[in-house]
Amino acid sequence: MSGSGYCPHTPEQIREMLGVIGVAEIAELFDCIPPELRARSFDLPPGMSEFEMLRRIGELAAGDRHDIIPFIGGGWYDHVIPSVVDRLAARAEFATSYTPYQPECSQGTLQALYEYQTAICRLTGMDATNASLYDGGTALAEAALMSLRITGRRRIILDGTVNPFSRSIVRTYLANLDVEVLETSPSNGMSDRTAILTRLDDGVAAVIAQNPSFFGAVDDLSDLADEIHRRGGLLVVSVYPIALGILKSPGEMGADMAVGDGQSLGNPVSFGGPSFGFLAVRSEHIRNLPGRIVGETVDREGRRGFVLTLQAREQHIRRHRATSNICSNQSLCALRGLIFLSVVGKEGFADLARLNYDKAGYAREVLATVRGVSLLTDGPTFNEFTLTLPQDAEHVAERLLVKGIAAGIPLGGHYPGMKRCLTVTVTEKRTREEIDALGRGLEEALWT
Amino acid sequence: MDTYYTREHEWIRINGTSGFVGITGYAAEQLGDITFVELPKVGREVRQGEILCTIESVKAASDIYAPLSGTVMEVNAALDSAPEIVNRSPDEEGWLVRMEITEPEGLKSLLTRGEYDDYVRVLP
Amino acid sequence: MDLIFEKSVAGRRGAHVPRSDVPRAADLPDALLRKEPPGLPEMSELDVVRHFTNLSRRNLGVDTTFYPLGSCTMKYNPAACEDAARLFSHSHPMLPLLPSGGKLVQGSLGVIHALSRLLAEITGMDEFSCTPLAGAHGEMTGIMMIAAYHRAHGNRKRFVVVPDSSHGTNPATAAMTGYEVITVPTASYGDMDLAAFKGAMNQEVAAVMMTCPNTLGLFNPHVAEICAIAHDHGALVYCDGANLNAILGKVRPGDIGFDAIHVNLHKTFGTPHGGGGPGSGPVGVKADLVPFLPSPRVTQRDTGDFIVEEGGPESIGRIAAFYGNFGVLVRALAYITMLGREGLTEVSEMAVLNANYVMRRIKEWYDIPFDKPCMHECVLSAARQAGKGVHAIDIAKFLIDRGFHPPTVYFPLIVKEALMIEPTETESRETLDAFIDAMIEAAELAETNPGELLQAPRTTPVSRLDETRAAREIRVCYPSEVRSEG
Repeated sequence: MSGSGYCPHTPEQIREMLGVIGVAEIAELFDCIPPELRARSFDLPPGMSEFEMLRRIGELAAGDRHDIIPFIGGGWYDHVIPSVVDRLAARAEFATSYTPYQPECSQGTLQALYEYQTAICRLTGMDATNASLYDGGTALAEAALMSLRITGRRRIILDGTVNPFSRSIVRTYLANLDVEVLETSPSNGMSDRTAILTRLDDGVAAVIAQNPSFFGAVDDLSDLADEIHRRGGLLVVSVYPIALGILKSPGEMGADMAVGDGQSLGNPVSFGGPSFGFLAVRSEHIRNLPGRIVGETVDREGRRGFVLTLQAREQHIRRHRATSNICSNQSLCALRGLIFLSVVGKEGFADLARLNYDKAGYAREVLATVRGVSLLTDGPTFNEFTLTLPQDAEHVAERLLVKGIAAGIPLGGHYPGMKRCLTVTVTEKRTREEIDALGRGLEEALWT
Repeated sequence: MDTYYTREHEWIRINGTSGFVGITGYAAEQLGDITFVELPKVGREVRQGEILCTIESVKAASDIYAPLSGTVMEVNAALDSAPEIVNRSPDEEGWLVRMEITEPEGLKSLLTRGEYDDYVRVLP
Repeated sequence: MDLIFEKSVAGRRGAHVPRSDVPRAADLPDALLRKEPPGLPEMSELDVVRHFTNLSRRNLGVDTTFYPLGSCTMKYNPAACEDAARLFSHSHPMLPLLPSGGKLVQGSLGVIHALSRLLAEITGMDEFSCTPLAGAHGEMTGIMMIAAYHRAHGNRKRFVVVPDSSHGTNPATAAMTGYEVITVPTASYGDMDLAAFKGAMNQEVAAVMMTCPNTLGLFNPHVAEICAIAHDHGALVYCDGANLNAILGKVRPGDIGFDAIHVNLHKTFGTPHGGGGPGSGPVGVKADLVPFLPSPRVTQRDTGDFIVEEGGPESIGRIAAFYGNFGVLVRALAYITMLGREGLTEVSEMAVLNANYVMRRIKEWYDIPFDKPCMHECVLSAARQAGKGVHAIDIAKFLIDRGFHPPTVYFPLIVKEALMIEPTETESRETLDAFIDAMIEAAELAETNPGELLQAPRTTPVSRLDETRAAREIRVCYPSEVRSEG
């Protein structure tokens, strides 16, 4: 054959194989398809060599600007990735395998995922998690569905501190089910206790909040957990994993589920994917988890080994009564997360979180002294904070973008009434010079 | 005390107005090593033929149906930590629930031991 | 092999965190802080490298081993596609949402747009969204769109019809979208029973979900008739595109009556499976469903510029934060660009040739539940061997010892002792012959020395694992403290 489809047979081999099958030509293999069902068109360009392909894709890639300094986060963060993450995750034995249905020849993936599960439980202070979900937003939707199953209730309180995209995903997932979603507005960038508690009753399955909030504010949700539990509901906390290097964990707050996006853990921003979502829970809820779970066991000689476990929850066995329809997850991205956490390590991870906090603290001071700019709240923040500007934030952001600085996320499109608010993110990768340049740029954008 | 059977391989042992419910040895054998029994809440009302609980093995989740209509009075809490009891003693220790029978006339559609044994004998 | 947490040495450090060039900020109040740092491993970089390199050696992948895992299309992933993905410099996904930001990411948006157009031509659909993050996510997106379509026409309806041979994701998707599932049996000829299907249809059916070719590896000649019957009842038809590798250039689901489809890029279009993901499940629709596509959408202006638009009033909304698993989309575009029309057609021809060759050569040794020419995969039954006490799983484990990843076993659920073999087009005749020899050896051993198969595998780091124990004594997280014996 031409070889363009990476097919190895020689023409002679094809003839012989057709002979074994008992047909004269390839076309006969498709005789089971009636003529009237044949493709009416297949108008694709001709193939090309890999060299030509790389040139073509390279031309496309050149359409992206590579020099924008990002002070934008909003759930997707530009963090350092140690070189070793790429090197190890690219190992073909990891990258070209699939779901470890046959455990004896998949111990590499299975042990890594067990270690990943352990790392996520330790970060979040929870007891159990699965082997990853698609992303943070869909993991939050799965948490909402899980809370409905656990409590048998039909109402969710979705707090405005949660990333607006994630809230939108939750609404989409629940739209076809008979479920009421109550949205509560934040106050000063934090969960408004009054707004939540006035809606909290014995019919609420879960309250879903985020810490740090979408505005960057850091909170302790322990009081909410107590109130929710008194009503027999569950607290779901959406978290930003890097912040868990220093911040109180959902487990310490008494939350029932911790959810987040693992992009920050060793996965590049990659224009929004792939990353992975995690959903960690208290042990009593493990049978309600969606997705693959890896468990420890022993082989016939009593040696430790790992298998996919509790599979009777899953779609390939329980079909329409499964805990979710998820099949493929984001295994390789979860592996990257584990390698990242392992090489950064216990003390390093706390230092990394602290560095984010310090850099953002510096930027907060620099920007808050710009004429006419104030902080949405002067309460504690982690590596994001929200400014109130004297002008429309979209307009200001556009002026800065022209200078090569993505200054932050204008909030008007997400929160009506916050048109002058800009949420700024500062990771450890932003230098003091870049932060100072943002300060000067903001001053110019506002006043020249 | 009389015991009756269903074609779905449940048994009910009747004592007055209530009965213990379990699965037959044939069913336990078919299911293989049982890993979890998802028991109903006490107080739940079920209709004859409705799903009463679910039994999981490694590669299957099998629904267990109510042999008669009634109310769940008690569940076998020992199965929470030791589901293998159902494999070991499906007819006795491995009972699943005790139910108060609300519609005893449903008995007419159940099998006697002899009828059940004949039924199982011809299964593929 | 010890766990990374068991290798950890208190006080050891690996990668260096960047140095700070700013003053230390005032500490947060204690109430907001965790009591101690999370219990992550403490390792040198070399410790980490050895650990994961050695873990990887306890895995089989397509690059090491023939991997005929049915329904998963474990073909070779061309190296150049990895290079193509590296050409992109990881733009922030929020950029095109900023005023004037779209101009900064025309390349990335161009990838998404180009792939969407190619997938539409390949499947015969009108529009695509590349956002769904896996096949099952694409299914859910599709059924949500169908629900929204029916709602816009007055009644979202109650039921989704699936054949009993379907992937478990199909009924699970229907249930997640609030539908009741009607399951139609498979007839003796291997396709959905036409009479039973007609009997199941009514005006309350919202959608029929079918895999084409079906999960038994057969092309259903009545598929267009089924679509027409569904349409007559006001239902739409969803195509599970998991088996698209069989029909590239031969059949386009959009031409024969399907209204929506997802494509598993990690299967048909050669992106790596990653030990379980990331996959990618773009979903394509006919014109009637276009208004319901998820948000955001990547479209092209008359000027040629690509833009990101929020979905219109009828859109189902967001199903994921951004534009899909972009890194996977680039690899798929690279693959389609390299193979082109002839290459993709060859893919299906060779995939079907290989599957039929394997089936023909082992059919006298195993039962073939639906004995007719197959498409890209064949389903056998080890029922004959089961009579000797050897089950499909035993044959699977034996194949590991012979240097192969096993086929899919026990799926489809309707075939007893199922062995589902999908060789893919990238495997050589020599590899297929070696695999066939091992399959025949297994069948012979089942007759002569079944005990041998029950002991397999012997060559792996662990022998057969006790899955019952794993499910009864649940251990899914390594304890922080010294564990008690249990």
